[in-house]
Amino acid sequence: MSARPVIVCDQVSKYFYRHAGRALLRKHVEGWLRSAPKERFYALRDVTFRIQEGESVALVGTNGAGKSTLLSLVTGLVSPDLGQFSAEGRIGPLLQLGAGMHPDLTGMENVRLNAALLGLTRRRTGELFDSIVDFAGIADFIAEPLRTYSSGMVMRLAFSVAVHLDPDILIIDEVLTVGDYAFQVKCAEKMASLKRSGKTLLCVSHSAGAIEGLCERALWLERGELVMDGPLREVLDAYEGRPPSRQA
Amino acid sequence: MASSAIPSRGPKWHGDYLFLFQSLVAKDFKVRYRNMSLGVFWSLLNPLIIMGVLWFIFTKVFVNRSIPHFPAFVLCGLVPFNFFTLAWVTGTISLVENASLIKRMPIPREVVPIASVLAIGIHLLIQIGLLLAAVLLAGRGVNWQWLWLPLVWGCEVIFVCGLSLMFSALNVYARDIRYVVESSNAVLFWLVPIFYDFGAVPQRFREVYELNPVAALVLACRNILLHAAAPPTPLLLKLMASSSLVFVSGLLVFRKLRRRFYDYL
Repeated sequence: MSARPVIVCDQVSKYFYRHAGRALLRKHVEGWLRSAPKERFYALRDVTFRIQEGESVALVGTNGAGKSTLLSLVTGLVSPDLGQFSAEGRIGPLLQLGAGMHPDLTGMENVRLNAALLGLTRRRTGELFDSIVDFAGIADFIAEPLRTYSSGMVMRLAFSVAVHLDPDILIIDEVLTVGDYAFQVKCAEKMASLKRSGKTLLCVSHSAGAIEGLCERALWLERGELVMDGPLREVLDAYEGRPPSRQA
Repeated sequence: MASSAIPSRGPKWHGDYLFLFQSLVAKDFKVRYRNMSLGVFWSLLNPLIIMGVLWFIFTKVFVNRSIPHFPAFVLCGLVPFNFFTLAWVTGTISLVENASLIKRMPIPREVVPIASVLAIGIHLLIQIGLLLAAVLLAGRGVNWQWLWLPLVWGCEVIFVCGLSLMFSALNVYARDIRYVVESSNAVLFWLVPIFYDFGAVPQRFREVYELNPVAALVLACRNILLHAAAPPTPLLLKLMASSSLVFVSGLLVFRKLRRRFYDYL
């Protein structure tokens, strides 16, 4: 296996301002007038790791540990406030159920929209269309609006588009858990075949079973910091054996 | 390469821009009309009703003899103005409305406000059709000057795209920008010569008036459609200059602000 790093994360920090969600003009004016230092919240703090081409890496950690922020960073949605970060290759992100899909559009229209958003060309989308629908296994519903779909069906469609993109790095944030057993097996097979063809995998899952057969390495994030980076089994043992409370 | 100083990028988006634009425009358009029983017909019905009312008011109630073809005259003002206000507001809220797209899909963000303006542009085409029909009904024929129309309308689209880039980015940081835009539109209604003739504007204000691309477009439309005359060169130059200036500054503001979109959406 070539040892070329495709994701390089070097002392990366990403912070958000507290109350940044309250985006009103009044708040900004108050901010300028008082010039009070805004309180920062570190979603990622001084995180350093490298992922080589063809590696399969799981991210573990409690809710709010920074896992999704890290995935957004790799996808290119967020830029680091400090440190160096780079990721190369085509990214296939599966970050949230139904992201980039619209409930009023049909399955068919959503496949095309999602393919365009992920960067496929019109022609390639046309070529892959049948195969995408076929893999998702929801041909009966493909002309129905997405809002009539169950969450499992939405996930099938989204996963199918993302893997047909032929990504160099596939990023999956827990969404697979809504699929039924049969589809989870199908997904696992697909990911194993992507892995065999030298693709890089980065996934978050709270079920050890789902990542066990797939990933050989894990990163454990806690409160934005990387506490452990090593072989999957060792990290999971440490993670599951740690005291449950994380309140500071 | 990434560094703490330069807004770093993950992987670049190497997609098909044309396909992306078409898909987003189609999405906006379909979503807008799918839940209406009359569908796209609404887009025709609304101006038709307005035209009917205008025709009644201005040929039966306030008979305006100083301006010939008054309903067509008003429509030359109303169609560009309606497009402008609708596109500006829709463009301004586009990033917030498409927050899930901005937060989850690594597309170039500039595409989102521009696509929503272009989706409104589809209505514009329908309404331009109506406007041209009204002009023909008023007895003004087709003439060679109509060839200027794509240029002047193109300028307006570029102008609204620029404004939408700027205000959609600002609206992410302060959601009340939307209401600023809506209020400005109400003010603008009176600052664009829709119901009155440009000739009624005092000479010393005219130069400034023409700098407003919406007003300039209305004037150009009347020149072309009602007077079968080419729009005056200074007017065209002002229209092109102010549209491109607004577009470039909109793009610059957008680029400056987009770094923290994720945090505020």
